[in-house]
Amino acid sequence: MTTVVLNRRNLLVAGGAVLTTGIVAAGVPGFMLPASADGLAPTETMSGGANNYRKGAAIVDRIGKGGFWMSGTVRRAGDGAPLAGQRIQIWAHTVEGQEHEPQSHGATLTDKDGKFRLEMPQIIPIFGQPHGHLAYDSGEFKTVFLRPVMRSAKETSLEAHFVLQPA
Amino acid sequence: MILIWVALAVAIGVPVALAATSEQLAWRGPVYILAGFAGIVALGLVLVQPLLIGGYLAPLSAYRGRRAHHWIGGALVLAVAIHVAGLWITSPPDMIDALTYTSPTPFSPFGVTAMWAIFLVALLAFLRRRLELRPRTWRFIHTPLAIVIVVGSVVHCLLIEGTMETISKAALCAAVLAATVKVMVDLQVWRKRRTLRGESVARQ
Repeated sequence: MTTVVLNRRNLLVAGGAVLTTGIVAAGVPGFMLPASADGLAPTETMSGGANNYRKGAAIVDRIGKGGFWMSGTVRRAGDGAPLAGQRIQIWAHTVEGQEHEPQSHGATLTDKDGKFRLEMPQIIPIFGQPHGHLAYDSGEFKTVFLRPVMRSAKETSLEAHFVLQPA
Repeated sequence: MILIWVALAVAIGVPVALAATSEQLAWRGPVYILAGFAGIVALGLVLVQPLLIGGYLAPLSAYRGRRAHHWIGGALVLAVAIHVAGLWITSPPDMIDALTYTSPTPFSPFGVTAMWAIFLVALLAFLRRRLELRPRTWRFIHTPLAIVIVVGSVVHCLLIEGTMETISKAALCAAVLAATVKVMVDLQVWRKRRTLRGESVARQ
C-alpha cells in the first residue's frame, strides 16, 4: 500500500492538478498537450477504479437496453498516436443492475482513430457519486483502471480517455 | 416547550420522508436502502445529542436528559454500524477503500473519521466510571471528539449525492451545527470549571 502524506501544500497542489487535468481532459480531449519533452504522459489508474471489476467481459454492441453513452479515446504514451482495435471494458451501477452484476459489464473496441463508444443503461449514483468504471486490461500495454465521475446524475453520457504505455 | 419537539420532529422527519420518496430507491437493493437510511437516522441522532445535553428538550430534567444522551449515544453507534455493514455488503471494495482512507470519494474520510470519534466516545463513556474520569477530564476528551463527530458527519452528508433531498438535508445539517454551537456556548465548554451542570462533585 502506498503512503500518502497529506499537508496543506501538497493537498492544494494535488487539488489544483486534479482540477486542471480534469478540465483539460473533459474539455479538449483531442488537444491535450504533452506534459514535457518526453511526450504524452501515460494515464494513471484512478483510486477505486478497479472496484467490482470482472475479468473478461464480452464484447457487446450494447450493454442491456442502453440509453446512456460511454465514450473516449485510447492513445499511446509519448507520441499520442491513436490506438486502434483496443479492448476497453466498461461497467457501472445502472438502472438495470448493480456494479458487480454480470449484466452491468461489457466491452468494446476502439476504431481506427482510437475512439470508442458504447451504449449502456443510465448510470445512477452509487456510494454517493454517479460514476462509471473502465478498464484496459489486454496485456499489450500496462493495465489501467479509470473511474470518471458525472457532473450531475442527470447526464446521459460520460467520457474517459486512456494514454497507455507498453507493459 | 412543545415547539422544540415539533421543530425536532420536522428537522428529522422531513428529510427521512423525502428520502423515502427518492427515485434512487428503485435501483437499490434492500440492504443498500437500509444502510442509507441508517446513515440519515444517525445524522438525526447527532442533532438530538446536543439538545439533550443542553437541556433544551423540556420537560426532560437535566438528569433525565443526560440519561437519554447515553442511550441515544448507544443508538448512534448501532446506526453507524448498520450503515457501514450495509454498505460493506452492497459493495465490499468501495467500503474497504473508505475505511482505509483510500477512497476516491471526497466525503468518505469525513464519515469514517466521525465514525471512529463516535466509537471512541462511546467506548470511553462506557468505561468512564472504571477509568474514574473526572467530569473535567471527561469534558476535555468529549468536547473535541464531539466537534469531530458533528463536523465530520455534516461534511460527509452534504457531499453525498444520494437519496436525500438537497434542501431538507442542508437544513438538517444546519440544525446540527446550530445545536452544537448553542450547547457549547451555553455550557461554556472552553472554560475550566470544576463542576458540571447538574452534577455534584466533592470539593477538593
